[in-house]
Amino acid sequence: MDKRLSNAIALGFLWVAGITTVVVLAAVIIYVLVNGIGQMTPEFIFTRPHGVNAEGGIGPTIVSTVYVTALAMLIVTPVAILAAVYLAEYAVQGRLVRIIRFAADTLASVPSIVMGLFGLALFVEALGFDFSMLSAALALGFLMLPIVMRTTEEAIRAVPKYIRWGSYGLGASKWQTVSRTVLPAAMPRILTGIILATGRAVGETAVVIYTMGQAINVPITPMDSGRPMTVHLYLLAMEGINLPAAYGTALLLMAMILFFNLTARWLLRRSRRIR
Amino acid sequence: MTDERRATTTLKRLSAATYLKEGALKYLFLLCAFVAVMGVALIFVFVGVRGWPVFTDVGAGDFLFGGLWHPGEGAFGILPFITGSLVVMAGALVLGAPLAVGAAVFLSEIAPPRVRAVVRPAIELLAGVPSVVYGFFGLMILRPVVADLTGGLGFGPLTAWLILAIMIVPTIATLTEDALGSIHPGIREASYAMGATTWQTIYKVLLPAAKIGIIDAIILGMGRAIGETMAVLMVVGNAAVFFQGVDMPISTLTSQIVMDMPYATDLHRTALFGMAIILFLFSMGLVGTVRLLSRFNERVR
Repeated sequence: MDKRLSNAIALGFLWVAGITTVVVLAAVIIYVLVNGIGQMTPEFIFTRPHGVNAEGGIGPTIVSTVYVTALAMLIVTPVAILAAVYLAEYAVQGRLVRIIRFAADTLASVPSIVMGLFGLALFVEALGFDFSMLSAALALGFLMLPIVMRTTEEAIRAVPKYIRWGSYGLGASKWQTVSRTVLPAAMPRILTGIILATGRAVGETAVVIYTMGQAINVPITPMDSGRPMTVHLYLLAMEGINLPAAYGTALLLMAMILFFNLTARWLLRRSRRIR
Repeated sequence: MTDERRATTTLKRLSAATYLKEGALKYLFLLCAFVAVMGVALIFVFVGVRGWPVFTDVGAGDFLFGGLWHPGEGAFGILPFITGSLVVMAGALVLGAPLAVGAAVFLSEIAPPRVRAVVRPAIELLAGVPSVVYGFFGLMILRPVVADLTGGLGFGPLTAWLILAIMIVPTIATLTEDALGSIHPGIREASYAMGATTWQTIYKVLLPAAKIGIIDAIILGMGRAIGETMAVLMVVGNAAVFFQGVDMPISTLTSQIVMDMPYATDLHRTALFGMAIILFLFSMGLVGTVRLLSRFNERVR
C-alpha cells in the first residue's frame, strides 16, 4: 500500500480515537443535564425526601456528602503534605523510600469495594465508630492520601533549587526553608492536588456505603450517620421508582465534580502565569 | 565566666535546641509518610482476619475453584465470579486500550494545539466522573441499545464492556501520553529525516520506544477494570453463573460483594471478605508488576 494512503487512514483512526473521548464526555454531560435540569428547584436541593418513593428533595444527602468530604480533607491534608515533604526533601533513596512508594501506589489502586469492607471492619466495627461521618471520612482519607501525596511531592520537586539556596544562604534551617519558602512556592499546585482528591471523594460510592450507612439524616456531629448523594443515586437508579430525582442527583453530582475540576485547572493556570 | 564565653554557650544551646527540633520534625514527617504503609498493613490485617476463616472452613480449593455459589446451602464456590471479573476486564481492555492508546498518540503527536486544548481536559474530566454516574448512564442509555441489538434485557458483559472501556480510557491515555512525551525528540526528527510518514514514525519508532510505559498503563487500566464496582454492578446483571454469552447476566467479585453484603451473615459474610482478599492481592500484584517492569526498564537503559 502507498505509504501516504496508509498514513492518511491511520491518522484518520487516531483522530476518531481522540474525538471519541470528547463525544462520550459530552454525551454523559448533556444527557444528565437535559434530564436533570427540570429538577433544579430550591425545593429539590434543600428539602428532605419523603414518602415511600423518595419524593421531595435531596437536601440531607447533599449535606452528608459535603460534610464527609470536608472532614476527610481536613484529616488527610496535613498527613499527606508532610509525607510528601519527607519524600521530596528529607528522604534518601533506598529501601525505605521504595517501600513507602510501593505502599502509596498500592493504596491508590485498592478497589473501592475493598476499601469499603476495610472501613467497615476497622472503623465501624473494631473501633466502634459505627456508621458515621468519621468512619467514612477515615476510609475516604486512605483513598485520598496517595493522590495528595503524589501531587504535593511533584509540586515540591518543581520548586527551583535556587530558592532553597537563597534561604539557606540567609542562615535558615531546613524546616524554616521548607515551611517559609518551598511550601508557599508549591502551594497552588498542592491545592490543585487537594481539590482533585476531593473530587474523587465526592464521587465515591462503594467506600461510603459501608462506612456511613444509608439512613437519610442530616449529620451534625462526626458520629452521625447519613446517606451521601452517590448512594442515593445508586438506590434511586436500581429501584427505578423516582427517576427524575435520580437525574437531579446525578446532575448535582456532575456539577460538583465539574466545579472542582475547573477550579483546579484555573488555579494551575494562574500559578503558571505568575511564574 | 566572661561575657564572651556565656554568649557562646547560649549560642550553642540555641543551636542544640534547633538541631533537636529539626531532627524531631524529620521523624514526624517520616511517620506521616509511613501512614501509607500502615494503611496497606491495616487493610491486610482487617480484611484478612475477617476473610481468612473461609479458606479453612470451606477450604481454599472449594472456595477458589468451586463452581457453585449457594450461600444458603453452604456452597461457596467463587470461580463464577473470578471468571466473570476476568471476562469483564478482558472485554473492557480489548475495546478500551486501543481507544486510549489511540487518544494518547493523537494528543501527543498529531493534534493541533487548539484541538488538544479540548481533548486533554475532556480526558481528565472523564477520570473525574463518579462511577455511579457511569453506571446510571449505562443503565439508562447503553442497556436499551444492547437489549435491542441482542434481543435480551441488556444486562450482561457487553454493556459492562462498553461502560468500562470508557472508564479505563483516562488511566491508560494519561500514562501513555507521559511515556510518549518522555521519548527524546531527536528520535522523532531522525525518523522524519529518513522520509518516514507520521504513521510510520508512530508505529515503527515511537510505539516501540514507549512500549514499557504503555504496558504499565494497560496493567493499571486492568486494575481499574477489575476493581470497578458500582458501574459494573448496575449493568452486569448479577447472576451467580458462568459466562454464557455477551448478553447473558453474570456477576463479578466486586458486584457480588455489594449484592450480598446487606443480608450476609456468618460464613457467607466471611466469604465476601475472602473475595475482597482476592481482589486486594490481585490489584497489589498488578502494582508490583508495574514496579518490577519499570526497574527492569531502568536497568536496560
